[in-house]
Amino acid sequence: MLKIRKRDEPWKWGALVVFLGALLFSLLVGGLILAGHGKDALHALDLLWQGSFGNAWALEGALLKAIPLFLCSLGVAVAFRMQIWNIGAEGQFALGAIGATWMALTFPDLPRYVLLPLMFIMAFVFGGVWAFIPALLKLKLRVNEIISTLMLNYIAILLLDFLVFDAWKDPASFGFPMTPEFTPGAVIPSIGNSGIHWGLFFCVVVGFGLWGFMRFTRLGFELKASGEGARVAKYAKIRYGMLVLFVMTLSGGFAGWAGCIETSAVLGRLQGSLMVGYGYTAIVVAWLARLEPLNIAFASFLLAALRVGVENMQLELQIPAAFGSILEGMILLTVLAGQFFLTYTLERRQGGE
Amino acid sequence: MKKMLKLFGVSVACMALLMLFACGQAPEEKKAEAPAKTEEAAAPAKEEPKTVTAGFVYVSPIGDAGYSYAHDLGRQAVDALDWAETFYAESVPEGADSERVIRNMARKGYDIIFTTSFGYMDPTIKVAKEFPDTKFMHCSGFKKAANVSNYFGRIYQARFLTGLVAGEMTKSNKLGYVAAFPIPEVIRGINAFTLGVRKVNPEAEVRVVWTKTWYDPALEKDAAKSLLDAGCDVITQHQDSPAAQEAAQEAGVYSVGYNSDMASFAPKSHLTSAMWNWGPMYVKVMEQVRDGSWQGDQSTWWSLKDGVVDIAPFGPMVPEDVKADVEAERAKFMAGEDVVFAGPVKNQAGEVVIPEGSTPADGDLLGMDWFVEGVVGTVK
Repeated sequence: MLKIRKRDEPWKWGALVVFLGALLFSLLVGGLILAGHGKDALHALDLLWQGSFGNAWALEGALLKAIPLFLCSLGVAVAFRMQIWNIGAEGQFALGAIGATWMALTFPDLPRYVLLPLMFIMAFVFGGVWAFIPALLKLKLRVNEIISTLMLNYIAILLLDFLVFDAWKDPASFGFPMTPEFTPGAVIPSIGNSGIHWGLFFCVVVGFGLWGFMRFTRLGFELKASGEGARVAKYAKIRYGMLVLFVMTLSGGFAGWAGCIETSAVLGRLQGSLMVGYGYTAIVVAWLARLEPLNIAFASFLLAALRVGVENMQLELQIPAAFGSILEGMILLTVLAGQFFLTYTLERRQGGE
Repeated sequence: MKKMLKLFGVSVACMALLMLFACGQAPEEKKAEAPAKTEEAAAPAKEEPKTVTAGFVYVSPIGDAGYSYAHDLGRQAVDALDWAETFYAESVPEGADSERVIRNMARKGYDIIFTTSFGYMDPTIKVAKEFPDTKFMHCSGFKKAANVSNYFGRIYQARFLTGLVAGEMTKSNKLGYVAAFPIPEVIRGINAFTLGVRKVNPEAEVRVVWTKTWYDPALEKDAAKSLLDAGCDVITQHQDSPAAQEAAQEAGVYSVGYNSDMASFAPKSHLTSAMWNWGPMYVKVMEQVRDGSWQGDQSTWWSLKDGVVDIAPFGPMVPEDVKADVEAERAKFMAGEDVVFAGPVKNQAGEVVIPEGSTPADGDLLGMDWFVEGVVGTVK
């Protein structure tokens, strides 16, 4: 007989074991589903590998896709650390893209080293303000930030729609909804000859910066302490309200940067197809990574790699696109369910008991 | 905390490694690719000179009975040829993701890649630059390149014919149009439908509701209901689902389908559908690729005469004389006449935009951003 017991001390490497176990389990079930449809499951898994890690181009695609996910997740996680539930990364992402585009369209002739920083600053400001609003509402009017950040997402997307359908529409686009293409100065360049752009480097810097901030500054410490609850913070004489405003602005600013990078480096213009739900996926990634920056980097890369790899499998085997979502859902679910084993353990019941 | 420092150190190291890998790999990869390409080019010449491969990129699932479904029927027609092989990717979001999918297809060495949605335009052009030996065809856009042509069909001709049927069948003289996005493609369809309606019924008006969706059956059904509440007694739509037709059937009024024959979804209400029939065109393009006559930098708009667009068989409620009228107009299209936007055509304000005796150029149709007289709604 087995019985469930709470662990006395954390399971060293437990998180890794659980993660790999969950991944294996999901791939096994996915393989069985494929086999049930008469596909060669081993070949399919090989294709998944080829499409996600097995090639330089696959890694490149996964890294590119991980960039916006990483930044959005990082932002969301900062707020979550303080138990502020920012569900609005999607809208803050859109606002960041809008801010960056505004600069790109207003000063098209500025040299790159002036224009790009301007775009990044404006993206941070726009995304930050979009998150600042619900923070202010929470403090002054006690509006639940889950609701207000979520609602602001819809407003942000409608604002983006208005801009591309109307105010900023490219006169040369035959009426199609998109802004003019950015000038070369507004486009983040590639790193050397690779397909990867400098946004990746930016992610590393931001990741480092955030880690250092949380580790070495008083503000960072207060932020983590406040995560224990508003009352704890007040007892410790921490300016809770100020921190909420700060952390939400930071959170929104990160998502705004993601929007800026996506618009500038990948699309080269603002258009509706920018919005593919990174802001929502970011929430999943943040929890999957248990809000730790390093884990977030890995989780966003793995999720991106999975999505990219599944495309390859779909193309070669002609299986429905929905299979990718099924596999992804299964992995997330099993990983989260597996967290159970981090706090609890199964042990054999002693004969004498 | 020390642990965290360590972990972060590891993470940075990994990131750096990956970056190095990505940078270092790129030139190598290109070197590696070059011989592979010549091999590919040489291989077909040796053994199977006839095999032509094609990739198709779809924006929605192929089971949607709508736009992608119609394209996929065309792909199947190509696949049925014994010298052609096809591959497809469905539900590919427009923007960054599509670029990667298209590039992956090009990398696999397909001879031609069809990108079937407007939002794939920039990515198609971008990837085409990197793969000058691969041929690309982009549907419904306006950009071209040495190895990129674009194509579309004159679905507005079929819309016009369905408008004739709807105009004859309405009793309230109010028709409802559940529209997707205010872009020229959709506006053109609404205008053509309205011109058809008012040709047989000058009193009638067409009410437009925008859903800003391509595929959201619940929302599209609600939009159709709002039109029904406003007194519309024929409903049509421009999304990829038959939700509007189902709403019409539930309310006991008529409907006109789009994309494919939607009779099976609302048999009691379905008058006819404006249909895509991509098979003949895709087969023709593949033949061009095969015999080497395919050209880049072209715009192809196939019409009813070429078999790319048509209307579905009439429902049993459509009277014989209406059928005969529509058939007569259809015969004109078959004979190569295109009367849909022949002047005089007035806008909503009653001003003549297309003067008598002239027909708009394809460029004007491509960028159409105004409604004709008889449409109730705005283009925003």
